[in-house]
Amino acid sequence: MSAVRSVVFDSVSVGDALPELAVDVTPTTVVLGALASRDWRPMHHDYKFATERNGVADIFLNTPNQAAWFERFVTDWTGPTGRLGRMKFRMKTSVFPGDRMVLTGKVTGTETDSDGCGWVTIDVALTVGETVASTCDVRVALPNDESDNPWSRRGETWKP
Amino acid sequence: MTADGSVSAATTVADVADDVPANVREMVGKPMYAQTATFPVERSYGYNTLAATQNANPLFWDDAIASELTGGITLQPTTLSLWMRPHYWEPGAVGEQVALKVHFDLKEIFGLPEAVMTDNTIIFHEPVRPGDVISNQQVLKSVSGPKTTKLGAGRFWVIDVEFHNQDGVLVGVESYTGFGYKRETGESK
Repeated sequence: MSAVRSVVFDSVSVGDALPELAVDVTPTTVVLGALASRDWRPMHHDYKFATERNGVADIFLNTPNQAAWFERFVTDWTGPTGRLGRMKFRMKTSVFPGDRMVLTGKVTGTETDSDGCGWVTIDVALTVGETVASTCDVRVALPNDESDNPWSRRGETWKP
Repeated sequence: MTADGSVSAATTVADVADDVPANVREMVGKPMYAQTATFPVERSYGYNTLAATQNANPLFWDDAIASELTGGITLQPTTLSLWMRPHYWEPGAVGEQVALKVHFDLKEIFGLPEAVMTDNTIIFHEPVRPGDVISNQQVLKSVSGPKTTKLGAGRFWVIDVEFHNQDGVLVGVESYTGFGYKRETGESK
């Protein structure tokens, strides 16, 4: 397999922390993320709509873009052989331009399924200042060793 | 997962508050708005999400790595929903084009002009690749009774969406929790 940097399953333990990711959110962050996900709803690009109609402080990150930030955060750590199985996130408060969002994550579980696929669960938090804006539970498959590849799993052998 | 191994929904329990009207009850659990994308999955559009999140994963930038690991070019998993989102405008279209139609139906039925999404679950199955033509359908799973949050008074609902490729292979399942509301200040335009 290519010399890509990847985390292997056996090297991971419950309690491991992922490298922190900090991003200064700008209007461009919000608008670019919304349009990249083909989300044309005005609260993600129109300040007046967001504040006067939705009653929030500003335009805010849309749902698919938050998912994409969570994906980036997790796969920055796993490398390209890490394969997302599932993510479940809750947006408690919106993320606005001017916020500095910080993503942190901690491994909460490891398991090997009946087909030998190694799975890691991670609790991810997106915080702004002292506020947890979103939480995300991620289930990601990692290779068992350098010869293993979760992306090769298909059909019944892929259990996300 | 269901007994036959397929994933029927990211959530499984239908839960409807007692005061929900009959026309909404009839929607619950019923596949609605089955549709097929009018355009194929496109690699160049996927770059927008990579750029928006400054995602340097070589799986999506290096064709050799993509081929070696996944057997070809693939799109980042969290772009799943965007391949079914309508154009902002197209010939013959009237009014705002929206992706999650059941969500907007519920806003209208309950007279709740505003809404936000609060929860999202995504289950990733077969990778999505350039040239795929995705189809999906929406299933209303639950509707709450009246709730009041800091945004206003309204209701929560859960909608599941299943996505398949042109070969009928499941590529993903999403579940959205929406909160439709009317602002307490009464200023809804």
